[in-house]
Amino acid sequence: MIGGCIAFVTRLLTGGTARWHGCLPEPKQRIYYANHTSNLDFVLLWSALPRSLREKTRPVAAKDYWSSAFRGFLAQHVFRAVLIERKKVTRQSNPLESMLQALSEGESLIIFPEGTRLPGDALGPFQAGIFHLAKARPEIECVPVYIENLNRVLPKGEVLPVPMLCSVHFGTPVCIEEGEMKTNFLERARNAMLSLRPL
Amino acid sequence: MNSEVRLLFAIVGGLLVVASIAGVILRRTVKSESGQRVVENLVARVNAWWVMCIVFGAALYIGQTATLVMFCITSFLALREFITLSPTRRGDHRALFWAFFVITPLQYWTLAVHWYGLFVILIPVYAFLFIPIRTAWSGDTEHFLERTSKVQWGLMVAVYFASYAPALLMLKIPGFEGKNALLLFFLVFVVQISDVFQYTWGKICGRRKIAPLVSPNKTLEGFLGGGLSACAAGAGLWWITPFTPLQAAGMAAVIVWMGFFGGLVMSAVKRDRGVKDYGELIPGHGGIFDRIDSLCFAAPIFFHLTRWWFC
Repeated sequence: MIGGCIAFVTRLLTGGTARWHGCLPEPKQRIYYANHTSNLDFVLLWSALPRSLREKTRPVAAKDYWSSAFRGFLAQHVFRAVLIERKKVTRQSNPLESMLQALSEGESLIIFPEGTRLPGDALGPFQAGIFHLAKARPEIECVPVYIENLNRVLPKGEVLPVPMLCSVHFGTPVCIEEGEMKTNFLERARNAMLSLRPL
Repeated sequence: MNSEVRLLFAIVGGLLVVASIAGVILRRTVKSESGQRVVENLVARVNAWWVMCIVFGAALYIGQTATLVMFCITSFLALREFITLSPTRRGDHRALFWAFFVITPLQYWTLAVHWYGLFVILIPVYAFLFIPIRTAWSGDTEHFLERTSKVQWGLMVAVYFASYAPALLMLKIPGFEGKNALLLFFLVFVVQISDVFQYTWGKICGRRKIAPLVSPNKTLEGFLGGGLSACAAGAGLWWITPFTPLQAAGMAAVIVWMGFFGGLVMSAVKRDRGVKDYGELIPGHGGIFDRIDSLCFAAPIFFHLTRWWFC
């Protein structure tokens, strides 16, 4: 119920319209990968999904940001986020393990392959994580998502949001080909996201 | 509810019912694919009109505070559409926060406390000074003049001009005490019925385009036919205003003219930004700004004409 309210309020505040260009909101297991522009962006993407999909989709988020009492509660009980370590990655806290675990439980994931936020609307290079996920589970389609304008709602380092109309564009799924090299796949995935960017 | 208000509710309700019935009939009779699209858009527009009329009617009926809140929200949403389309930068963030969450409510607060002196200068003077100061403070000088102008322009049109409509509520017109809501109804009705008439006349017999580059849907036939019909409608409503029938027709003519220019200017902004509509909040119409652009331009002129000659 809290989740429903959050999704409703987010859509209300951001005008967050989902635009399904390259695929439909079907109940398939998927990896949604999006551009990372703001701390709110997985909330917006998650809210843009229909409820039935939302219940089977877990965002991947940074443990250090989402572990305070309030955020931790939201992350754990509302968004059911897969929290990963960004600072001290060891063999025990390898972020890929927890993501693969969630995938094997039949959940869809929301990931941000740039890893960090760049100022403005530049799209940074992709980290290798998405490649390893796709290689481990080649049957799951990777859906590129471009979140438009959210960096203007809450730029990096700001606390107070400005109400701006945002859109969430869903593109044509990308699947890894047999024996495809890392650089090639990352390049393809990144271009698929870039092609969603409105001019 | 007095008899005047009852009659107005009946008129507006009747118009909506007629429009809805026309939509049903057209849906059955129009067969061509392009015609079907026009009819679907028409039906969506009429349905949205129902919602808008109910919201506006309810706010007017409840009273001044409800009306001010409704207009404040409208301004907020229109400003949001405007700023979304204007490229702003990181350095504008704080200035925008002030524009949305402080200046906009403050403007309507001056109306709530009937502080005319601050109402007229808050945005043209104080916001005009504050926005560039706050933006310069953030240290980003790229496209500085364009960026600050856009924020100021958005505030002027979406907030300042729009707030002139509910400002009618604080006018003291001798012999018209307690009936100012009717004057606001008159303004909004003439503006909107003029848009509706111009659309209808344009669809039925529009040939010659007035401004093909700026607003390809505006035709000479639509403007003349729609404008004259709206003046007639305004004159027919003289009994809810402090005007004589002739004065009401003249006021309606001014409202129609300014409304037309409002639509033209705000279309030019849309063309410049490469979009067709400001948003998609109102099905069939586009965004809030697509619906209130003519009101924003007509309201200040109507307000001042009334204030100079009838107060």
